[in-house]
Amino acid sequence: MKTIRKFFDNLNTKVEKGKKLHCLKSTVDAFESFAFVSKDTAKSGAHLRDAIDMKRAMSLVIIALVPSLLFGMFNVGYQHFISQGQTFAEVGFWAVFLYGFLKVLPLLVVSYVVGLGIEFTFAQFRGHEVNEGYLVTGMLIPLICPPDVPLWQLAIAVAFAVIIGKEIFGGTGMNFLNPALVARAFLFFSYPSQMSGDTVWIADKADAFSGATPLGEMMTGAISPHSSLMDMFLGFIPGSVGETSVVAILLGAALLLLTGIASWRIMLSVFVGAAAMGLTFNWIGSSDNSYMNLPFYYHYLMGGFMFGAVFMATDPVTSSQTNKGKYVYGLLIGVMAVLIRVVNPAYPEGMMLSILLMNVFAPLIDYFVVDGNVKRRMKRWKVEIKEK
Amino acid sequence: MFNVIKVKKGLDIPLYGEAKSEIRTADVDLYALKPQDFTAITPKLLVEEGDRVLRGTPLFFAKEKPDVKFVSPVSGVVKAIVRGEKRVIECIVVEADGKDDTVDFGSFDVKSATREQVVEKLLASGCWTFIRQRPYSLIPNPASTPKCIIIKGFDSAPLAPDYNTLLKGEEKALQIGTEAVAKLTEGKLHLNASNKRPLNFVPDCDRLQVNYFEGKHPCGNVSVQIEKLDPINKGERVWYIDVNDVVTIGKLFLTGRYVSDKTVALTGQEVKNTGYYRIKRGALLEPLLAGNVNTEHHLRIISGNVLTGTKTDQNGFISHYDNQITVINEGDNYEFLGWILPGFKKFSVNRTFPYGFLRLLCKKPVKVDANLHGGHRAFVFTGEFEKVFPLNVYPLQLIKACIIGDIDQMEQLGIYEVDSEDFALCEVIDASKTEIQKIIKQGLELMRKEMGE
Repeated sequence: MKTIRKFFDNLNTKVEKGKKLHCLKSTVDAFESFAFVSKDTAKSGAHLRDAIDMKRAMSLVIIALVPSLLFGMFNVGYQHFISQGQTFAEVGFWAVFLYGFLKVLPLLVVSYVVGLGIEFTFAQFRGHEVNEGYLVTGMLIPLICPPDVPLWQLAIAVAFAVIIGKEIFGGTGMNFLNPALVARAFLFFSYPSQMSGDTVWIADKADAFSGATPLGEMMTGAISPHSSLMDMFLGFIPGSVGETSVVAILLGAALLLLTGIASWRIMLSVFVGAAAMGLTFNWIGSSDNSYMNLPFYYHYLMGGFMFGAVFMATDPVTSSQTNKGKYVYGLLIGVMAVLIRVVNPAYPEGMMLSILLMNVFAPLIDYFVVDGNVKRRMKRWKVEIKEK
Repeated sequence: MFNVIKVKKGLDIPLYGEAKSEIRTADVDLYALKPQDFTAITPKLLVEEGDRVLRGTPLFFAKEKPDVKFVSPVSGVVKAIVRGEKRVIECIVVEADGKDDTVDFGSFDVKSATREQVVEKLLASGCWTFIRQRPYSLIPNPASTPKCIIIKGFDSAPLAPDYNTLLKGEEKALQIGTEAVAKLTEGKLHLNASNKRPLNFVPDCDRLQVNYFEGKHPCGNVSVQIEKLDPINKGERVWYIDVNDVVTIGKLFLTGRYVSDKTVALTGQEVKNTGYYRIKRGALLEPLLAGNVNTEHHLRIISGNVLTGTKTDQNGFISHYDNQITVINEGDNYEFLGWILPGFKKFSVNRTFPYGFLRLLCKKPVKVDANLHGGHRAFVFTGEFEKVFPLNVYPLQLIKACIIGDIDQMEQLGIYEVDSEDFALCEVIDASKTEIQKIIKQGLELMRKEMGE
C-alpha cells in the first residue's frame, strides 16, 4: 500500500503544471483516485459528508450488469452452436462460454478504449477530474449491440455517442440523451441493413438456420413468438448480447433497487405503462395485426424491454429529475415502447426509440412539475397582497 | 394555545459525544467579536488596540445600519484587531481584566414601555444583534417591522444541546425577555419547542403562541417552522431569535446591563469529557479544550454543529449565535480502495454501505470525520435531496438557479423561504460533493444586492 502511495506521490510531481507530462494530469488523477480516496476535507459548509461518491455508485451499476454480461457471453456461444446444428450436451458448458467470451470481449475492449480515451482527453482539456459516468456507458454499449457488430462500426458509434451525445453538452451530468442509446441508435440508423433483419443476432450463424428474434417474428406477422415463454424468460433466444435473459436482468434490478441507486418510480411506471398499452391493444383487437392480440407480458420478455426499463430508463441524468415527473416519464416510456413495437411497420424494437424520445421530453415534464410549485407560491403571494 | 406540528422528512445523524448534563465553568481571559458571524455587515471600528472597554462598550457598528452596535462581552483592554485578506476585520480581541465593570443602560419596567423605548435599549446595549430577519438571516433594520417573530426554543441538529439545561435558572429573565420581544411586533409571537423534549418553563405572555414540533432534523430550523406557521411571501419579513438570547434581553431589562453569560455545550466524539460550560459570549475555546480532547489525529474544531458550524481551531473563539462546540476528526488521510471496500464503520445514508441499512434498524451512533470521501463531480443523482428536505421547495432546481444566478427563477422557486442551513443535509448526502451551502449563500447574497433587504 505504501509503495503504491509512493508511486503516485512520485507520479504527481511529474504531472504538475509546467512539467512536460502535464498533459497526463487527468489520467494520473483518474488512476490515483481508484487506488486511494483523496485526503481532501470539507472546506465550506457541512463538516461531515456521506461516504458515498460517484465511483461507488457507478461501480454498483456495473456490478448489477455482471449477471447480464456473463449470461450474454454464454448465450452468444449457445446460440452459435445451436445454429450450427450442435446441441449443448455435445459441446459442453466451457466451450460454449469460451466461444461467447471471445466474441464479446473485443466489443468491451473497443467500447472502453475508444470511450475512455475521449473522456480522458476532454477531462484534461477542461481541467476536470475524469467522470465515472463512462464506466457504466462503456459496459452498456456492448450489451445492447448484436454479437456480430463489426468492431469498426462500434468504435465509430462509441465516438459519436461520447462526443456528440455527451461531451459537447459539457460531459457527464449535462447530457440530455442516454449516451449508450445514442451509440445504439447511431448503429441502427447508419448501418440499417447490417443492424436488423434476422442475420445479425447470432454470431457466425449457419445460413440455413432462422436467426429471427421473437420481435422479428412478430414483425413479420407471427401469432406469437416460436420461443417458449420460459426460454424468453431465461434468455435462450437470439438477441443483443445482454438483453435476452430476464432473470439476469432482474438480478441486477434487485441490486439496484435494494441499494437505492436506481429509481423504483421509473422502473415501476415503465412496466405499468407497457401493461396499460398492451391491454389497450388487446381490448381494441385486430384481425390483420396479430401483434395486437399478444398478451401484454410478452412485451416484458421480448427484445430489450427489460434491459431498457432497468438500466436505460433509470439513468438519473437523462430521466426526469422530479419525483412526480419520474412517474410520467416512466409511464410514457412503457406506452411508447409498446406502441412503436405494435403499430410501427419499420422498426421491430420500440424500447430504444421510446427512451430516447422521452429523454428529450424529460425536461419538459420537469418544467410542468416545477411550474406547479411555482404557481402555488405565486398564488399565495397574490392572496397575501390582496388581504393587505 | 398550543399546537403540535409534525415534520415528516429529514434525517437525524446519531453521533458520539453528546454533552453530559453537568455544568462547569472555565477560566477564560480572551474574548472576541467576529464581524463575519453577521450576514451583510461592514464593521466600522469604534475602538483601537490598547483602549480600555467595559462590558457593554460598543466595539464597532454596522456601516449599513449605524444604530446597530456590537458590544464587548467583558471589561478589559482591546488586545488585537486581527485583519485578513484585503484588510477585512476578522476579529476584535478583548483581554479581560477581571474587574467586570459594566456600562449601565438603566433598567425599566417592560410592561409599560413603548416599542420605541425597547428598540432603543436593545440597539444601545448590542442586544439588537440577537434578532435576525428572514429572508437572508441578517440583523434587521430597526426601522422595519416583521409580520411575526419566532423564538427558537430547541435545536434539532446533531449533538444539539438540551435547551432545558441551557435555560436552567433563567425563568425570570426569560419571562421579561419574552415580554420585551413581544413589544417588537404587532403580529404573532411564536415560541417553537420540541415535542420530544418540551421546555420545563414556558413564559406567560398575551400574544405568545407555543408550537410543539415533532420530527427529524431540520424540524428545528426556522425556515421549516415558518413554512408550517406563516410562510414568507415576497416583500414580507419574519424575525427570529434564539430563546437563550431572549434570556440575555430579559437580563438587560432586569439589571440595566448587558449580561454576556451563556451556557454552551462541548460535544463531539473527540472530546474526552463532554458537558456544558458557563462562559461569556465570544470566549476563547482553548481553556475549554486544553487536555480535554484526543490528540492522536488532526482535529476539526467547530463552533456550532457539524452541519452548519464554523471551522475554527484551539485558538479560535465561539461565534455569536452558537450554543455548541463540536470536535470531530479531521480525516485528512488517504484511504486505500476506500470507494469499493464494504466500509462497515462508515457513515452513509446510502444503502451501498452497511450503515445505510443499519440506521434503518437502530440509532447506533457513528464515528465521522471531515473527509469529503470523494472528488467533486457534476450533479448526477436526482430525488435524493427531497428525502431530507422538508420544505415545499424543489432543492435541486433552486440550487441550479443559484449557480446560474437567475434571480427571477430563484424568486419563483422560493429563495425567500430558505437559508443555507436548510441545505446542510443535502450537502451531507450529495454523492457529487457539491458545496451546496456556499452556493445558496451566494444566491441569497445576489438576491439581497438586487432586491434590497
